[in-house]
Amino acid sequence: MSDDEKRIGVFICHCGSNIAGFVDVPAVTEYVKTLPDVVFATRNLYTCADDGLTSIKESIKEHRLNRVVVAACTPRTHAPLFQGTCQEAGLNKYLFTFVNIRDQCSWVHMKEKEKATEKAKDLLRMGVARARLLQPQEEARVGVTPAAVVIGGGVAGMSAALSIADQGFPVRLVEKDSELGGFVRQLNSVYQDRKDAAEMLKPLIDRVKGNPNIELLLNSEVTSADGFVGNYDIVIETKGQERKDKVGVIVLATGTKEYIPTGLYGYGKSPNIVTLTEFEGLVKARKLPKMSSIAFIQCVGARGQDKSYCSRICCNVSLKNAMNLAENYKNMLGLEETGAVTEAPAAQMEAPAEGGERRRGRRGRRGGAEGSEEEGGAAAPKLEIVIFNRDIMAYGIEHELTYNKAREKRVRLVRYTPKNLPQVSIEDGKLVIDYWHETLQMQRKMNPDMIVLATPLTSQADAKDISMMLKVPVGQDGFFLEANVKLRPVDFATDGIYVCGTCKGPADITEAVMQGIAAASRASIPLARGFVQPEALSAFVDSDVCSGCGTCIEVCPFSAIRKNESGKAEVTIAACKGCGNCGATCPENAIFMNCYSDEQLLAEAKAALQEAKG
Amino acid sequence: MEKTESSVLVIGGGVAGIQASLDLADKGVIVHLIEKEPSIGGRMAQLDKTFPTNDCSICILAPKMADCFGHPNINVWTMSEVVGLEGSRGNFKAKVLKKARYVDENKCTGCGECLEKCPTKGLPNAWEQNLTTRRAVYMAFMQAVPRVAIIDPEHCRFLLEGKCGVCKKVCKREAIDYEMKDVEMEFDVAAVVVATGFDVWDPTPSTEYGYGKYPNVITAMEYERIINAAGPTHGHIQRRSDGVEPATMAYIQCVGSRNLKTGHPYCCSVCCMHSTKESMLAREHIEGIKSTIFYKDMRACAKGFNEYVERNKRDYGVEYINSDATVQGQTENGNPIVSFDIGGKSQQREFDMVVLATTLVPAKGNVELAKRLGVELDEFQFFKTLDRTLEPISSSRPGVYLAGYCAGPMDIPESVAMGSAAAAKAMEAVVQREVPS
Repeated sequence: MSDDEKRIGVFICHCGSNIAGFVDVPAVTEYVKTLPDVVFATRNLYTCADDGLTSIKESIKEHRLNRVVVAACTPRTHAPLFQGTCQEAGLNKYLFTFVNIRDQCSWVHMKEKEKATEKAKDLLRMGVARARLLQPQEEARVGVTPAAVVIGGGVAGMSAALSIADQGFPVRLVEKDSELGGFVRQLNSVYQDRKDAAEMLKPLIDRVKGNPNIELLLNSEVTSADGFVGNYDIVIETKGQERKDKVGVIVLATGTKEYIPTGLYGYGKSPNIVTLTEFEGLVKARKLPKMSSIAFIQCVGARGQDKSYCSRICCNVSLKNAMNLAENYKNMLGLEETGAVTEAPAAQMEAPAEGGERRRGRRGRRGGAEGSEEEGGAAAPKLEIVIFNRDIMAYGIEHELTYNKAREKRVRLVRYTPKNLPQVSIEDGKLVIDYWHETLQMQRKMNPDMIVLATPLTSQADAKDISMMLKVPVGQDGFFLEANVKLRPVDFATDGIYVCGTCKGPADITEAVMQGIAAASRASIPLARGFVQPEALSAFVDSDVCSGCGTCIEVCPFSAIRKNESGKAEVTIAACKGCGNCGATCPENAIFMNCYSDEQLLAEAKAALQEAKG
Repeated sequence: MEKTESSVLVIGGGVAGIQASLDLADKGVIVHLIEKEPSIGGRMAQLDKTFPTNDCSICILAPKMADCFGHPNINVWTMSEVVGLEGSRGNFKAKVLKKARYVDENKCTGCGECLEKCPTKGLPNAWEQNLTTRRAVYMAFMQAVPRVAIIDPEHCRFLLEGKCGVCKKVCKREAIDYEMKDVEMEFDVAAVVVATGFDVWDPTPSTEYGYGKYPNVITAMEYERIINAAGPTHGHIQRRSDGVEPATMAYIQCVGSRNLKTGHPYCCSVCCMHSTKESMLAREHIEGIKSTIFYKDMRACAKGFNEYVERNKRDYGVEYINSDATVQGQTENGNPIVSFDIGGKSQQREFDMVVLATTLVPAKGNVELAKRLGVELDEFQFFKTLDRTLEPISSSRPGVYLAGYCAGPMDIPESVAMGSAAAAKAMEAVVQREVPS
């Protein structure tokens, strides 16, 4: 091919007046005809319109063109159209190149028409220089193993597995625990309708267990994964037993754990200072002691206190529990407290009893009370509930309505700032919170029987290991980092691996379910197509030159390079996107980009530096 | 790619509908994407930048719009709306009315000749929040997809009086067709995705903000267009009253939302962040500008949001005041006077400009569309989900799925995720339809 005669055809678009209004298109066309190897050049009112496309096809045949250049609007919207036209005329689509003379020339130089014309000539000279060195490329079509593995059996993972299965593909659902349900299993209730958490989970678990396309692997972990989109070799370990498997796609749904607030707000110094999830556990196990007052402290260890982020859900979880207490306190009490159990357990000893001091405290508070103090009804237990917060994150509809209801009930919401954190201490075995009241502008004190610390959700301990195994990134917050926070929320940059639920950041159950189903949609695309056909924009390693230093492996954002048996770098063409990071960083210059070779780029650069004649 | 016989109807061509369409089309399903406006893109196309990365909104959306329009499996029907839906999951018959555009989409190349010659000028440009004008033949917006002109039949002289015809004369592609009629179409589809987005609340009736009375009180959506390089002022922030660049700006949060009186007691979920972004961008446009945000709760509660707010305070010097705020009058030179409250003490401060973070509300068409689709709305007229916990994608009618803000407040990534999720549910309907036969 390289010895063949180069016959370049150039098509310059007026784009109505979008280009022709500012660039002297006839002059540019005449200039292009003087460039080496250009055997044909013409201009069209609209190259993209039917007559323009027909003119490309006819010219390829009539002038035996073997390279085509279109100078027009932008390749972003129109390159595929012209590539297809070349292909229809029997010309390999990689022998086409686009020169952007609208978005990057006429539109930005509307007030300097002569310079715009000169720039258009420069851009075309560069494009022709590049076209001269273009080589035909073949796109590799690689088959896909029509099966998925979902790692993590919480609500996100179960939702993902179910949807992939219901779209017709076999799924291995791998859960390291002995039961499905994940984080939600620790909870007493979910805030939507304050349903029982176990009851909410049951139909989902039943559907997973009853789905013939889902193979459930409990007590199991994926311990290795090798390959690329459509073709992963994985190892699943179940209680010491290893099993090799092949899947086309991987969905990560490894969940979250609660931050343990060691050293914050007296945590660990009293059994009545608990985290939000521990509180849920107490309620679930019916071990809640009798109380006359309870305080929730929000943002413990979050929003700059240790973790920089807001954990999104804890305000709403605290509100849910506060509402539960306000409306249903009696029924939530520990079995011991309601007399269902006759023995007097140790927990009761720890439970603070009503005392004179408390009553005095209550009277004192009433004087400057900021919340509504009216009772919920004659039968309602007298429980004081306070939520110390920075901002209540009651986003959307339901949370905000709950927030409103909580304010109507006896729930007091006391705002604090990072400069005035509430101080927790224990005096004579009793809990004390000293706090600054923003509205009243004064220091105040309360004696709660229980303090609930709302701490953020954090990444799992094994997130780093999984990140290394699958070569997918984690962000500064420790959570998995999606390909694009705005437009690719459940994709990784690496094709074939997807992410959902709380392993990518705090989310509530509804959001985790939604993300799980979304990841199922994305993951089943390669499965449904049955093949992957990446554009032929790949990097190639010259193994004679490669020193095996591994620099390219580190800089590849798509995990497309690995070391082969002989210690040399090898590119997985199906995973390579042709970004060129590896080629630019290779210290031995052993990596070659097949559509953006050094030769092509240098030819363009040289052409750019030449003066336009004519 | 092999085409299958199965189709899905996607209603709404914003970012949620685009994502749902692309996911389905990539699996070989034929998608009919129904958009009532002349271009796809939805609300995201109107925004300047996006939080918390400050990516240019249209720059990241436009490639998706182009992919969608150019996809061999997606048929984009603009100027169209669904008028009926019969049948059941797996076997729906959808009736769609495509309104006359009076410009042949196959011939028009969007060159813009007609736009410059049309003599009927000065019509309000709603897409630009009426901050500028358009003519009777116009382009939806600069990056419209399809890039095809449209004639406004309520103002076109030829359509009204049979006189003029200038656009037809100047169109070299013979794309103008005054005879074009509305067309009713019917599609067999296995599932339907509803992704019709939201409307922006009009704050005029709420007199406490002085919108419509004081010219330098504007809405956030107006501000998004003003600060946009392709917008009516080419990205120069200037006051409506005198065109002067502001030195101080205030942002008032929760305008119309979290408010029982307006009928929108919910939180719109995005305005804390877009005001943070807007104040940050103001600083990039005008050096030394002083911005103040009046908020009830700073809901910076998704990935990178809290850090973004902290950066705005630290690096951009934006002041956050935890208080309700209203606009109580203006000074002689047109500075709105903001009234607020610190430590229980009422205060007043004048600003050069005030931006109202107006709430986002269910689209006006929801009631009629819900009736046509046979699905339920919630008490606020968002589309109702089957189960708030485990079925957040399903509507009350099997086979009809929901994506994006039409189902309740959410931001762009959530809309995109929900678009994908709705596509998954629709795909299940497609697959399950094919299995038994």
